Amino acid sequence: MSETTPVARLPIELRTEALEQLLIERGLVDPSVMDKFIQTYETSVGPMNGAKVIAKAWTDPEYRARLLAGGTAAIAELGIKGPQGEHIVVVENTPQRHNVIVCTLCSCYPWPVLGLPPSWYKDPAYRARVVRAPRAVLAEMGLELPAETEIVVRDSSSEVRWLVLPERPAGTEDMSEDELAALVTRDAMVGVAKVKTP
Amino acid sequence: MNRIADLGGTEGWGRVKTPTADEPVFAQEWESRAFALALLSMGRISGRNLDAFRHALERLGPDDYFKDGYYGRWLNAAELMLVESAILAPGAVEARTRRLRGEDVAEPAAPEPNKPDYAPTAAGSLRTVDEPPAFAVGEVVRARDTHPTGHTKLSSYLRGHRGVIEMVQPAALLPDTHALFLGENPQHVYTVSFDSRELWGADAEPFEVSAELYESYLEPVS
Repeated sequence: MSETTPVARLPIELRTEALEQLLIERGLVDPSVMDKFIQTYETSVGPMNGAKVIAKAWTDPEYRARLLAGGTAAIAELGIKGPQGEHIVVVENTPQRHNVIVCTLCSCYPWPVLGLPPSWYKDPAYRARVVRAPRAVLAEMGLELPAETEIVVRDSSSEVRWLVLPERPAGTEDMSEDELAALVTRDAMVGVAKVKTP
Repeated sequence: MNRIADLGGTEGWGRVKTPTADEPVFAQEWESRAFALALLSMGRISGRNLDAFRHALERLGPDDYFKDGYYGRWLNAAELMLVESAILAPGAVEARTRRLRGEDVAEPAAPEPNKPDYAPTAAGSLRTVDEPPAFAVGEVVRARDTHPTGHTKLSSYLRGHRGVIEMVQPAALLPDTHALFLGENPQHVYTVSFDSRELWGADAEPFEVSAELYESYLEPVS
């Protein structure tokens, strides 16, 4: 029996360079615009934005109420908005009820508050399994939830984007908003971790 | 048909990756270039029709979807859309790639662009719908047991199952037709909550799954 020899795939790095060259030559892409775009997502758009939102909600009860009633507008009060943040819904995690966010169909993620998604969020194992066995998936990621905590998995299947308001950890009563923001992690705002007491 | 991206509840993927706090935004430099190229090319073709981009992602072969990773599949989908819009000739990227590594191959001539005849009625995906929502918070509904062959946001693991309307979200254009440049068809969108035992059987661990479903994906349960 004869088998065809598999054709080696061209390296993706080189194909990326090739597409970039072709589009620049045609005047369709400006490399300086590309650089600026990349720099924005490497430095200015990331979980530090969401952390500011969470820290404010922890310290300002009226802001917290506005945030839970209408996430997009309350987040925009802090000057945070942009692509993939058209309609953000904020849900609160409590000892009784724990929300965890996924996008099983692609990797939809609230960019303005969390930046671009991390590798585990985009990985097929997370996309496939968290809607099937969330308790086991969270345990593999290092979060063991008590049996009595209800789990709600949010599959982001439209342009609605979800942000988790994590529980404020004990022992942080005297901390300032900035100090609190430094404690808030990306993983806690997706619901695969809790914010830890420092 | 269950499309390549329709992963919810599928088996065989192994353990999830452990998060690390200091993961860089882009693991390698080419990923950042692919990210920017995909988004900027989308603007050149369709004024950022994200649904058309997702539809392109879902039409990639398994190697192009999985083996090149997340930004690799973005690059592959961008190339597919650029070729379909006749902005690039078929094989243009491959020919240039081979030349970049020193092979003496001819490059195809640039074709005459043939972009989709498309203009969004507004920025973004949110729209207004004159009719009131067909379903109310607390109402029991069923996700239709349909098997569309094109783009849809109705995941296969939800089809045919009963859920409860948890929230009414702002109306939005319908990805199923928008992805194919067949019209915006705005609809009401609902966050529908499903019981895990409804989805995965009586032995499943108890939890809830919610998803955003467009009005035409749902039917009343009487």
